[in-house]
Amino acid sequence: MSGVDLPILLPEIILALYAMAALLIAVYGGKDKLAGVLTWTTAILFVALAGVVATRNGVGSIAYDGLFIDDAFARFAKVVILVSAAGVLIMGHDHAVRRGLGHFEYPILATLAVIGMMVMVSSGDLMTLYMGLELQSLALYVMTAIRRDNLKSTEAGLKYFVLGALSSGLLLYGASLVYGYAGTTLYSGILSTLGGEVPLGLLFGLVFVLAGMAFKVSAAPFHMWTPDVYEGAPTPVTAFLATAPKVAAMALIARVAQDAFGAIPGDWGQVLAAFAVVSMFWGAIAAIGQTDIKRLMAYSSIAHMGFALVGLASGTVGGVQAMLIYMAIYVTMNLGTFAFILSMERDGQPVTDIASLNMFSKTAPLKALALLVLLFSLAGVPPMLGFFGKYYVLKAAVDGGMVWLAIAGAVASVIGAYYYLRVVFFMYFGSQVAKLDSRMSSVQWVMLVAVAVIMLIGVVNLFGIEAPAMAAAEALLG
Amino acid sequence: MTVADYAFYAFAVVTVVAGMLVTISKNPVHSVLWLILTFLSAAGLFVLLGAEFVAMLLIIVYVGAVAVLFLFVVMMLDIDFAELKGEMSKYMPLALLVGVIILMQLVLGVGAWVQADGAMGLRTSLTPDPAQVENTKALGLLIYDKYVLLFQLAGLILLVAMIGAIVLTLRHRKDVKRQNVLQQMWRDPAKAMELMDVKPGQGL
Repeated sequence: MSGVDLPILLPEIILALYAMAALLIAVYGGKDKLAGVLTWTTAILFVALAGVVATRNGVGSIAYDGLFIDDAFARFAKVVILVSAAGVLIMGHDHAVRRGLGHFEYPILATLAVIGMMVMVSSGDLMTLYMGLELQSLALYVMTAIRRDNLKSTEAGLKYFVLGALSSGLLLYGASLVYGYAGTTLYSGILSTLGGEVPLGLLFGLVFVLAGMAFKVSAAPFHMWTPDVYEGAPTPVTAFLATAPKVAAMALIARVAQDAFGAIPGDWGQVLAAFAVVSMFWGAIAAIGQTDIKRLMAYSSIAHMGFALVGLASGTVGGVQAMLIYMAIYVTMNLGTFAFILSMERDGQPVTDIASLNMFSKTAPLKALALLVLLFSLAGVPPMLGFFGKYYVLKAAVDGGMVWLAIAGAVASVIGAYYYLRVVFFMYFGSQVAKLDSRMSSVQWVMLVAVAVIMLIGVVNLFGIEAPAMAAAEALLG
Repeated sequence: MTVADYAFYAFAVVTVVAGMLVTISKNPVHSVLWLILTFLSAAGLFVLLGAEFVAMLLIIVYVGAVAVLFLFVVMMLDIDFAELKGEMSKYMPLALLVGVIILMQLVLGVGAWVQADGAMGLRTSLTPDPAQVENTKALGLLIYDKYVLLFQLAGLILLVAMIGAIVLTLRHRKDVKRQNVLQQMWRDPAKAMELMDVKPGQGL
């Protein structure tokens, strides 16, 4: 350890100190009265740190002999994580307070989860990976169960915890096999021992590690927890689960695959391709029968993770770039959609029933229009930004020589379009039922409309996201 | 085979058997006792590896504190374990099948295990030479120097666990009368008591 390492970790250290200071102040200060202030300061700190991370110099730096890597790839992922976490925090606060969930611990747990995610994307060693993953997951388990008087929330938390522990076990078992083969847990060390034929024991380890991480991105066939947890968790937490952690886990898969197993792309490529195909189709088909919009979003996220994995499976620079762009777009779309879901209520009670959206366009034409744009974008209908995300990953698959994967993706996206369009159909042509109120705080309104506008005008140049994503992908593969 | 080999197999077999009995014994208290045996024999394995410090930690922390805590928890919980077990036996055949398949796969995986050429060198390069440094110092060098980042992250994870336990279980009950020492001390006897002169034959 030396003083040189600490500046590299500065954003994480600031967040950790902030979390502890905030905890102390809140416990001795006003407890839950401070929840609002804390939420906003946390969000502001996230955005400020995103700015700091984004403007760091281009050279990758390595801390603690390779345990922690800060390169362009990690920075790209961190900026997306920080900004989306900030967005979710501020738009969920109003909802949480009205449901009596305005605990001051909530923003603090979110901060700790974000630290975990930042460590995950910067990990350079299987042990750092595990530490980051557990820090993130443990905070998320607690946040899921935070509505402790509600049976569904508790059940969701418990289910998430038990299955999460199981997946951690799988991951650790795989890591031990990899260590047994390579004699080191450092990614660079593992990479240096690979070459020639891949022994079966190492392959076992690789598959277990990938399975453990696929659980965290909820890629099928490791997705079983997703619908139940999304439905049971309080909606602000669901919004959080659907955004930042997905980016972190997806970036982690890319990091492990490329940094540790970059010499054997064929071996993990086929595993990721299998995850991708199953996720895309299962996410598209199983969502059709859903009546709850949170469950629908869960299946939607499974399908989207499948698409992001398509990019990774190709194993090229273009593939990683496509994955990063896809995740950035996915997170933005989800922010907007959840801003709306958070506002859905009837007679002061939150509803998540899709049928309650019937004829919503009559009640609130502008919101309905914004939601329409978002749903079209999620479905990947051409003029919206979501289409370009899909276009990039499918193109990367074709360039990587996986034409069949691209064709499967195209078919799955057509199937998946059905259920998004069904929601739109309900909004515009459904039968009249009891009216849905959409009581939005100004933050949620701004978020919904802003994201919808982004989906439309982002088409021009994707806000110049291509260049940094390219730099990030090159930093990872270079 | 040397004595150390015999000792290894003895400890290893006991660890595995006791570990299995933790999960299948009917009485939860027995499970905890088997767990203690597992810890003890694992400590024996550590001693054989030359890691006495970790062995002692395992005994003092896990056997001495954690397992005893478990015992308290198990005794205080009012759960009908027999009923849970009954529920479980319904799924037993399927669970056994899955378990056997996984076991066979793991055997395949471990059986096909080989080491990379440079693996042994990488393994030993991390740790100081055990002949030169006693293992408490070697551990310290790794935990507080080389892996200080991981150590601190583990601390953060424990912080999350603490926050989580409090958020999910602490209830501020309004109906409990609490003692407030300051309030008691500031009580003014002149205001708290009133002397009445009650005339005989009359009430207040």
